Amino acid sequence: MTTVAEVTGGGEGTDSPYALSHLDALESEAVHIFREVAGEFENPVILFSGGKDSIVMLHLALKAFAPAAVPFALLHVDTGHNFPEVLEYRDRVVAAHGLRLHVASVQDYIDRGVLKERPDGTRNPLQTLPLTEKIQSERFDAVFGGGRRDEEKARAKERVFSLRDEFSQWDPRRQRPELWNLYNGRHAPGEHVRVFPLSNWTELDVWQYIAREKIELPEIYFAHEREVFSRSGMWLTAGEWGGPKETEPVQTRLVRYRTVGDMSCTGAVDSDATTLEAVITEIAASRLTERGATRADDKLSEAAMEDRKREGYF
Amino acid sequence: MSTITAEALSATTLLRFATAGSVDDGKSTLVGRLLHDSKSVLVDQLEAVERASASRGQEAPDLALLTDGLRAEREQGITIDVAYRYFATPRRRFILADTPGHVQYTRNMVTGASTAELTVVLVDARNGVVEQTRRHAAIAALLRVPHVVLAVNKMDLVGYEERVFAAIAEEFTAYATELGVPEVTAIPISALAGDNVVDASPRTDWYGGPTVLEHLETVPVSHDLAHCHARLPVQYVIRPQTAELPDYRGYAGQIASGTFRVGEEVTVLPSGRTSRIAGIDLLGEPVDVAWTTQSVTVLLADDVDVSRGDLIVPSKDAPATTQDVEATVCHVADQPLTVGHRVLLKHGTRTVKAIVKDIPSRLTLADLSLHPHPGTLAANDIGRVKIRTAEPLPVDSYADSRRTGSFILIDPADGTTLTAGMVGESFAAPEPVTEADDDGWDF
Repeated sequence: MTTVAEVTGGGEGTDSPYALSHLDALESEAVHIFREVAGEFENPVILFSGGKDSIVMLHLALKAFAPAAVPFALLHVDTGHNFPEVLEYRDRVVAAHGLRLHVASVQDYIDRGVLKERPDGTRNPLQTLPLTEKIQSERFDAVFGGGRRDEEKARAKERVFSLRDEFSQWDPRRQRPELWNLYNGRHAPGEHVRVFPLSNWTELDVWQYIAREKIELPEIYFAHEREVFSRSGMWLTAGEWGGPKETEPVQTRLVRYRTVGDMSCTGAVDSDATTLEAVITEIAASRLTERGATRADDKLSEAAMEDRKREGYF
Repeated sequence: MSTITAEALSATTLLRFATAGSVDDGKSTLVGRLLHDSKSVLVDQLEAVERASASRGQEAPDLALLTDGLRAEREQGITIDVAYRYFATPRRRFILADTPGHVQYTRNMVTGASTAELTVVLVDARNGVVEQTRRHAAIAALLRVPHVVLAVNKMDLVGYEERVFAAIAEEFTAYATELGVPEVTAIPISALAGDNVVDASPRTDWYGGPTVLEHLETVPVSHDLAHCHARLPVQYVIRPQTAELPDYRGYAGQIASGTFRVGEEVTVLPSGRTSRIAGIDLLGEPVDVAWTTQSVTVLLADDVDVSRGDLIVPSKDAPATTQDVEATVCHVADQPLTVGHRVLLKHGTRTVKAIVKDIPSRLTLADLSLHPHPGTLAANDIGRVKIRTAEPLPVDSYADSRRTGSFILIDPADGTTLTAGMVGESFAAPEPVTEADDDGWDF
C-alpha cells in the first residue's frame, strides 16, 4: 500500500506534501462545480464553441462523471462564420463521446429577418438572441460557460453561479455573495444560472492543463500558413463572410489563433508555435492579453464587455 | 521582462489571499503594484489605464484603475464588490480576492476572506491602527484566516522612520493575537513608490524581513492534515448502469478536510450506517489515499444507502449530529434577518429547512462590543444566532473545519443568499504571546 510520504502533491520548499499543484487545485475545484450542478439542477447544458476553454470544460466534465457518461448536453451557438476545422472537431468529439448536441443558429435568425447583419459584418453581438431563445425553448436551467475572470475587468467580478433573468440579463448588483465553496443555485421558473467552472483559471493554466492532459485541439490553435488581411491591427482570415475589402490586401502568413470565435472578429497572431510546448512558452512571454490581441468586439468601449454581459452575452 | 518557461510553471502551488482596505489606504495601488511589478499587467491593459488616466488629466498611470472593474466603480472611484485577480511568479500562482474596506462592505470582506489562506490588512503609516484596521483584524480572526500580513503603507510620508512602523506593528499584533490570529507578519511599504512590495527597499535598511511578494511566495499553503477531521460531503452518486458496469456505485465529492484511505471504516451521516472504503478513484486514477481538497469518487464495501447531501466520515472520528446550531453569522443580504425567519440552510452538499430561533447578540467589530437581543440583523451585521433545523446535521465547529463548520442561509421565497454562518465560538483563544526575535519584524 502506498504511504503518504511517497505520494507528494507536487509542492516544494515550505509546502507540505499535501499541497496540491495549482493545476490539481483548479481541476478539483472545477470538478466540484460540475458535480454540484449535476446534483442540484434538472436540465444543465454546456456551451460548446469548439474553442479551447469549452474543450477543457468538456474534458473536466468527462473526468467528473467517469465511468458514467456526462449527464449534460452540449449547446453550440453557430454564427454561420465558423472555422471549418472547428466544426469538424465539434462533430468528431460529439460522436466519440456519444453526446447530444443542440445548435442555435445565427444564420437562421438572419434568414428569417429576425436579426440584421451589422455593417461591419461582425456576428458576435448577434449571438445573444439565439442563445437566449434556445435556453428558453429547451428549458435549460444551468448553462456552463467557459468564461474566466482573468479575461476582462467586468468578468473579474463574475460569480461562479451567475443568476440570469428570463431575458438572460446579468445584473451586477443582484449577484449573490459566494462564500467558501457553498454555491447557491436557487432560481425562479424561467430564470437560469450561468455556471463558470473555469472562473479561477488563467489562459496559461488552460494551456498547461491541455498539455498535461494531452487534450487534442482544433489545428487552428497551432501555427499554420493562412491567407489573411489586416483590419484594426489584427490578422483576419480572408473568406466568404465579408472580408477583405478592396483596400485590404491579402497575404499569406504563418499564424495561429489564441481564441476561436466568429471569423469576422477573431484575429490570428503571427506565430511559429507548432507544438503545445511552443504555444505555452509563447503565451508566458506574451505582453498582450488574448482578448486585446484577437477580439475586435472588446475594443468598442471601455465598458464593452460589461454592456454585453448585461444583455445576456456569455 | 523576465522569461517564465513552461517547465518553471508546471509544478507551482496556489495561494488564495485577500486584501482589505479603502482607497485612502492605497489598497488598489498596492494591488496594481503587485500586478505591475510581477509583470502580470499586459501591454494592452496598461495602455488602457494610461489612456484613462490621461483623459482625467493625471500625469502618471493610476495603477488603481487596473482593479476597479465596473462602470459605477470607475465613475465613483470606489470598489464595491469582490474582484478576483490572478497573477503568477515562477514560484507560485496567486488568486487575490480584492475587497473594499469600509464598514458597509463588511459582507464583501467576509466573502473574500472565506476562501483566503492569507489576508493583507493595510494601514496608513500616518494614521496608524484605526477603527477600520481593528475591524479588518476581527474579520480575519472570525473567518480563521491562517496568515495575516499587516502592510504599513505610505512609509514615504513618514520619512521611512523605523519607530513609526514599530509602534504600529506592535499595537496591531497585540490586538490580532488577542483575537486568536495565529500569525501576523508586519511589513513597511510604500505602494506608490514600490518600497518592499516586490523589491526590498534601500530606504528601510533597518527592516530585515521579506517584501510583500516574497512573503506571499513562501508562506505555507496547507496545514498538518494529520490533525484535521476527515470529511467527504457526497455531491453526486455515479451509476453508469452499463453492460460492463451494471453494479458500479461511486460516491463523488471533494474532500472537505483531512485524509481518507482504502480499507478505512467509515460512517455515513446523518443515517449513521457504516461500511469500509473499498476503493478511491482520483479522477480516473485509483489511489490508496486521498486528501483535501481533491475531488474523488469513493466506493464502499457494502451496499448501504448513500445519496447527495450525506457526509462520509471515519467511524472513529464522526461528528455528532444536531438540529440546534449556534453560530456567528455575517448577514450579507439587503433584506434583514429576523427571529422567527424561516430559511433554507445549506451545509456542505445538504440543504435543509430551518428557523432562526434567536439572535442573542450583535457584535460591533471595531471595538468588539456586544449588543444583546437586537431582534434583527441588517446587511453587514455580525451577530450570534441560534438555528433549529428540520433534519439533523453533522456540523463541525468552524475552528476545526472551515468547510464543514460553515453554512449559508437562503431565502426560500426568492433564493437570495441571506447569511453566512460559522458554527461555534466567534474567536479562537489567544495563543501564548512569544517574544519577537531581534532579526526582523515577524511578530
